[in-house]
Amino acid sequence: MEIVYVYTKKRSEFGRQCNFSDRPAELHVDILPDPSQMDNYIERNPCDNPTQCAQEMSEHEVNTERFQTETRGINHVEGGWPKDVNPQEMEQTIRYRKKVEKDENYVNTVLQLGSLMEHCIKQNTAIDIYQQYFEEEEVSEGAEEQPSAKTINVFRDPNEIKRTATGLSWHPDGAKKLAVAYSSLEFQRATKDMSFDSYIWDIENPDKPEMTLKPVSPLVCLEYNPKDSHILIGGCYNGQIAYWDTRKGSQPVEMSTIEHSHRDPVYKVIWLQSKTGTDYFSASTDGHVLWWDIRKMSEPTEKLILDPSKKGNLDNALGAISLEFETTMPTKFMVGTEQGQVVSCNRKAKTPAEKIVCTYSGHHGPIYALQRNPFFPKNFLTVADWTARIWSEEIKESSIMWTKYHMAYLTDGCWSPVRPAVFFTTRMDGTLDVWDLLFKQNDPTLSLKVCDESLYSLRLQDNGRFLVCGSQLGTTTLLEISPGLCTLQRNEKALATAMFERETKREKILEARHREMRLKERSRSEQGKEEETKDVDTEESSEDLVARAEKEFFEVVEFELKKREREEEKSQSKADKEKEISEEKEAED
Amino acid sequence: MSEVEETLKRIQSHKGVIGTIVVNAEGIPIRTTLDNSTTVQYAGLLHQLTMKARSTVRDIDPQNDLTFLRVRSKKHEIMVAPDKEYLLIVIQNPSE
Repeated sequence: MEIVYVYTKKRSEFGRQCNFSDRPAELHVDILPDPSQMDNYIERNPCDNPTQCAQEMSEHEVNTERFQTETRGINHVEGGWPKDVNPQEMEQTIRYRKKVEKDENYVNTVLQLGSLMEHCIKQNTAIDIYQQYFEEEEVSEGAEEQPSAKTINVFRDPNEIKRTATGLSWHPDGAKKLAVAYSSLEFQRATKDMSFDSYIWDIENPDKPEMTLKPVSPLVCLEYNPKDSHILIGGCYNGQIAYWDTRKGSQPVEMSTIEHSHRDPVYKVIWLQSKTGTDYFSASTDGHVLWWDIRKMSEPTEKLILDPSKKGNLDNALGAISLEFETTMPTKFMVGTEQGQVVSCNRKAKTPAEKIVCTYSGHHGPIYALQRNPFFPKNFLTVADWTARIWSEEIKESSIMWTKYHMAYLTDGCWSPVRPAVFFTTRMDGTLDVWDLLFKQNDPTLSLKVCDESLYSLRLQDNGRFLVCGSQLGTTTLLEISPGLCTLQRNEKALATAMFERETKREKILEARHREMRLKERSRSEQGKEEETKDVDTEESSEDLVARAEKEFFEVVEFELKKREREEEKSQSKADKEKEISEEKEAED
Repeated sequence: MSEVEETLKRIQSHKGVIGTIVVNAEGIPIRTTLDNSTTVQYAGLLHQLTMKARSTVRDIDPQNDLTFLRVRSKKHEIMVAPDKEYLLIVIQNPSE
């Protein structure tokens, strides 16, 4: 039976304010019990009624911060002896043992276990089931595997104000530690509160650095001594060089004197191969390359000014950003400059002029990374502006191979120490590229976005398997590369040799052709005398060129300004005219 | 009792066997052919390992039980035959 109540209201009364009034209760519906309904139901007796007296529980998940665990063990020397037996006393222990041996249970157990054990021993002596079978047939799984890289650990800068991780160096033995140099390379961006510290991290522990290095000025680069794993040298932002001994603490053992150090941040330090293992050299954008001995930091042992005109003129000098030194060729080294040239030098030359052997130009910006191929020392890789280029020592005009121009600036790069045709580059958009030249030359084989900010530095471990890259906010990421990219393939060396030779040959042919064309042009110009005099005029000094450039620049600027003024006037007059027209219109209205 | 001696002697005389230890449930070495400190170390460590292995096997299938435990390492193989009360440990160098 439905209970219905009808509610009516006149249309004209809608929206009126409500006027409430009291009235007594009204009975609308009264349903009386109907005994005939009882026939539809059967009484249930007894009734089961479950109750539970239990605590109310709710589930809640919490993720705590990573906590440090240490495992410690206590070594009990001997235990379990019953109270009456003193383990030190031989007699008592022997007596106890004899008692146990008489036990029937013991006898049965030992016999039973003994037979079981004998069975296994005999198995072992019969056949060595873990012997290496099928040793010759090692299937090359690397071919089918997709190249990949996995992030293993991330080390963050513990300070509040994040600095860029500009220098990375692996510990020479076993690579269980990583030294990271932090500094801010942006011009005048370093705040007063910015910490100067650099850290040495233990790979397994990303929460806290293992050791802190406290220099006088932030470190731009940092290198472990390959011969002595306790010594590190670091180049500072203010041009000094400091060296640490990890056994002696966080303060530098010695620093180079300010008068003899560089005048600009020291961008790269490399240890040299020497009998004493204490020599190294450093480069900076002030145009100097200095050689030092750790035992005497007050003065460099040798100096070189990077003047391409070979006159030792500091004003002409190019600023050095990267250095390259190969221990197999101890007399030669290369410097990558801020101006985009690579200068190849000979250390053992008699005069400073002869020290600079030749230059390779082709880049548009500072050369951030420079490295010889560990398998083919004649070829080297440079990373600068938006490309990475591979050069051959013989061809000075241009690189033999280069990558396409990327969307972001390339900041660092290095060859893989195990595969001759693989190299890595990092970019300003936070991407790490792995290039395998035997697989694909136009694009990187693997492109990984490591982080959102730009990556500044990159370092591979000597086994080629692990690499670290440092970012702008001081985050250093440790990555493991898939085995396909770090195991030497079967004919890789031969193929890489063939590839480099082919490209070198191509460049040689192009160079020869260029030379021919230039000779032709020169012979043509020699015929026309007017052109000769023009040539003389064009040999303006650099100052005149600068003045001319300035004049042209200002002319262009003024022209633009005038143009804009004219346009403004035009639009003003237009606006005035429109105003007049509208006023007229209104007047008409 | 002589049978026990015989068995243990036979085991020890097999090719490559370096040492034999019989340990009771409390970790007391009853019989050993190695020196005391090594014995105590093996007894303690292997006892724990055997307990863990046994509990693992029984967790997976409660009807199952551990009968034998072999740990092969680079240098040699440690074999443990467990029982309710005792443990027989043999260290063998199989690749001779």
